[in-house]
Amino acid sequence: MLVRFGKPIAVAAFCLAALTGGALAQGQLRFCLRSEPKTFDPLKVEDDASAAIRYLTGGVLVRLNRQTQAVEPGLATSWKISKDSRQITFKLHSGVSFSDGTPFSAEDVAYTVQQLMDPALHSATGDTFRSGTGKPETKITSPTEISITFPAPVAGLDRQFDQVAMLSAHSPKKEMAVLGPFMVADYKPGAAVLLKRNPNYWKTDEQGRKLPYLDSIELDIQPNRDVEMLRFKRNEIDLINTLDSEYFDKLASASQNIAHDAGPSLDSEQMWFNQISKAPIPEYKKKWFRSVTFRRAISQAINRSDMARVVFRGHAQPAVGPVSPANKFWFNSKLKPEVCSPDAALKALQKEGFHLENGTLKDMQGNEVVFSIITNSGNKYRERMATMIQEDLQKIGIHVNVVTLDFPSLLERMTQTSDYEAVLLGLTNTGLDPNEVMNVWLSSSENHQWNPSEKTPETPWEAEIDNLMRAQASAADPKKRKESFDRVQEIAVEQEPFIYLVNRNALSAISANVQNASPVILVPQTYWNAERLSLK
Amino acid sequence: MSFWRKIACAVLLLVVTASLAANWLAPAGYAKQDREAAGAPPSHAHWLGTDEIGRDRFARVLYGTRISLLLAPAAALISTLLAALVGGLAGYLGGAWARAAMTVTDLFLSLPWLFLLITVRAMLPLNVSPAFSVLVTFLILGLLGWTAAARVLCASGGSLRNSDFVRQARASGIRGTRLFWIHVLPNMTPVLYAQFWISIPAFILSEANLGILGLGVAEPLPSWGSLLKEIEGLVSVGEEPWKFVPLILLVVVVTSFQLVLSKQDEVAA
Amino acid sequence: MLGRKIARHGLILVATALLGGFLSAAMVRLAPGFDTDEAALDPHLTSQSIQALRQARTEQHNIFRFYLHSLQLAMHGDLGTSVSLRRPVSTLLQDRFPLTLRLVSLGLVMGWAAVIALAFTTALLRVAAYDLLATFLTGLMICIPAAVLALLSVLWNIPGALAIALIIFPRDYRYVHNLLNKAYSMPHIVTARAKGLSELRILFWHVVPSAGPQLLALAGVSVSLAIGAAIPVEALCGLAGIGQLAWQAALARDLPLLMNITVLVTLVTLLANSSADVIGHVWRGQQA
Repeated sequence: MLVRFGKPIAVAAFCLAALTGGALAQGQLRFCLRSEPKTFDPLKVEDDASAAIRYLTGGVLVRLNRQTQAVEPGLATSWKISKDSRQITFKLHSGVSFSDGTPFSAEDVAYTVQQLMDPALHSATGDTFRSGTGKPETKITSPTEISITFPAPVAGLDRQFDQVAMLSAHSPKKEMAVLGPFMVADYKPGAAVLLKRNPNYWKTDEQGRKLPYLDSIELDIQPNRDVEMLRFKRNEIDLINTLDSEYFDKLASASQNIAHDAGPSLDSEQMWFNQISKAPIPEYKKKWFRSVTFRRAISQAINRSDMARVVFRGHAQPAVGPVSPANKFWFNSKLKPEVCSPDAALKALQKEGFHLENGTLKDMQGNEVVFSIITNSGNKYRERMATMIQEDLQKIGIHVNVVTLDFPSLLERMTQTSDYEAVLLGLTNTGLDPNEVMNVWLSSSENHQWNPSEKTPETPWEAEIDNLMRAQASAADPKKRKESFDRVQEIAVEQEPFIYLVNRNALSAISANVQNASPVILVPQTYWNAERLSLK
Repeated sequence: MSFWRKIACAVLLLVVTASLAANWLAPAGYAKQDREAAGAPPSHAHWLGTDEIGRDRFARVLYGTRISLLLAPAAALISTLLAALVGGLAGYLGGAWARAAMTVTDLFLSLPWLFLLITVRAMLPLNVSPAFSVLVTFLILGLLGWTAAARVLCASGGSLRNSDFVRQARASGIRGTRLFWIHVLPNMTPVLYAQFWISIPAFILSEANLGILGLGVAEPLPSWGSLLKEIEGLVSVGEEPWKFVPLILLVVVVTSFQLVLSKQDEVAA
Repeated sequence: MLGRKIARHGLILVATALLGGFLSAAMVRLAPGFDTDEAALDPHLTSQSIQALRQARTEQHNIFRFYLHSLQLAMHGDLGTSVSLRRPVSTLLQDRFPLTLRLVSLGLVMGWAAVIALAFTTALLRVAAYDLLATFLTGLMICIPAAVLALLSVLWNIPGALAIALIIFPRDYRYVHNLLNKAYSMPHIVTARAKGLSELRILFWHVVPSAGPQLLALAGVSVSLAIGAAIPVEALCGLAGIGQLAWQAALARDLPLLMNITVLVTLVTLLANSSADVIGHVWRGQQA
């Protein structure tokens, strides 16, 4: 049969290969999103699920290589940043089309920037460019060249465009016309999103084969991590992008090369005390929380090594300061991890006027040192960490009440009523540049968690941090920026407005069927090179 | 007293005694963290192994028994009494009373009480004592858990209202509350016992789920509900079977309650 | 006369459902966390953007005005837009209601089939060991958390409807068992047995009719229990139904969505219980 039909089959296969431009048809990758995507509009992305879809479907001018952490050309072949970091000029690829065939040109870049910087949009992506008041100006010099000038310097200007997916100014499909390797083909609310290969994707591999290798990606919506793990074990999904540490060892023992630990991630777990002067908590507690000696003593009494070992099963490192050592350039390597010493903590508190009475610590006025730590429920790691902190502080006579709240209630206490004493939460860093956390360090900012929206800095060290952050934001020289931000880290460690606890490792699981996978620490850890992934 | 009822009473007595003797049976206590042996299987030092941060599971089961075995039946009693009052009385009175009561009951069944619970948590101080938090939790569960039984009791009351013995009692001059409490309510006991029996494990499990809202038992206090939550992450029974001990204990206690109650049920009939 | 009764009953039904919607809206509005948005924690956002996020729900602050406005829109078929999912509520409900209806219906049928099978055989056999086994089995089932049952259904590839059946079965069984026991103890049953009637005849002709109204009431209440059970089952099994939607909406304090879901659930509960009441009333009338 094969001999008889061999020639026609061979011809058909050749034609098919020719039609597909020699693309390597490589099946469907499957993994889970942990929540429902809120939008397919890349400019309005504010949740992880939508960000994942934007990453896979969006075409960007430059791409931050998640492995090398270097910025690489994308739709732009080259770019030039002015000395004052206000202007960037892009030279674009020619002959590129959106997924629906609409041609891509500098006009689309101008359109995207205008939409992004519309004040009415309130886009998180747009706000990263908003270093000053006023709108950016775009100047199209040719269909493949455009200059964008911002009203004020934007630090790390080129890197920011990694998050800006281009929209078409002319396509009737609006945001559904994309330039990325995949496009949204189907969406079943509550169930799954299906992405199919973009037939007009402009990239090819080194052998001239069209990318992506995969035919499609199925993203199942599954918030429960136990079910996600179950499905992975049953080969119903091919990867788990962020794997829980308690599942890591189980997978690693079952089979090699499936569970991956890429080392410390950029994320940190931290706690902080309420230092807001108008907070509805007793004045004597405010006094404790605003005392750097008190905060440092608490920090000293907490056993971070135990936390990393017990809660995260060794897949975390005690945190040193605000920046993870995984952020190689920006991490201040002079900083040393806090050594756990309950005795030293107690001595420091005693110097401040605290004393132990029948195993209970009291302040100078005789108030028992009791406070609550709130954290979000449903996060078993944070609940365990809080319980361990409770035990650690009990050793120095401090009684801690652990209260887990649903996230909106927690958020209301943190950001509106200020009705809390201490909070245990985590910070997820999607980028490397300190400018991305400007609003955490500026004392006037709403996200200056321990004392938001200060009219003027209430302490000299907060004033110093304000100046340093502004200095690094306006400096063009990376060395000068690093100097400023190194000093910010030193102040953060001295004053402990945040008590940094651990940096979690970037854990993931990838099926043996997936080829070319190389998990990294930057988001998205496992499918950052989705266009080159294939299946056996 | 039947053989099985004796066994049930003995089991309950054993469980209560063991929980009261927790200080001697598990002197290390429920909060101490043996961090070198976190997540350990059963051993000589830890008969049921340790939890994820090294606390002795056997101690936590014993101490958790005190809370769950005391408060869950108390909350179940509250919900049963409320069901009797609302449902039973409405059914007995009939007419517009019954219709109004059942409309309110249906409304109760449909409303998202989650938000009331969130509001209650917001009204409590953050530094409330764990004992008070637990009391409030079980009280709320009792106050909210009567609706299903109320409906059945209303139907029951409706049937009893026109039954021969009630007519006879009425004809004999017995009326009002005496008729209800002495003649009608005892004939509703099958439903009341069922309500009580179902409520105990339901409230124990609900208490653990209320931890999501900041209610329930606060760390480091254990409860059966919080211990049962450990098995939610278990995808294979064979992996860590000792984690099922709280479940087995709960089943044994619940079954024992039923055996004790069923004897009462026969007596009432 | 009958028509007026039905019309009055229907009006009470609708009014109660609307009251349920208003009360749920009030509860959501007054609960902590209403005005919050997780996106506000994004350090990239400027103060103006954070303020804009906070202002997004201004129209929902006055609950009376919001509810009246929602009713006006509902008259034109517009149920509002979900705050968390950014889609029309009517579309969301239309897409997900059939799945939940199927799940809950099948779950109820299977659950009640198991209840009747076990309760009736216990009543017929009247063997202490069998009764004890049934008690133990239902005791075991009632003690297993709903989340674990849902996870087991994923693990063993069991349909979600069966998980719902397993959640409602032990609760309903205990009521049915006790009601049947009570009915068996009545004098006319003792007489029937003394007169030599078969157990099957006694059960179906005398015991069940006597406990009928209560059993019907229980069946009506089971609908609410099944809807409640659907929430963890759908959430864990990844089934895109109303239960999963309700849970997401609750976490996000999505007022338009929660309000409409409550109205829907109230209507279904009222219909189920009212039907049980009506049938029970007719049954009692026939028995008399």
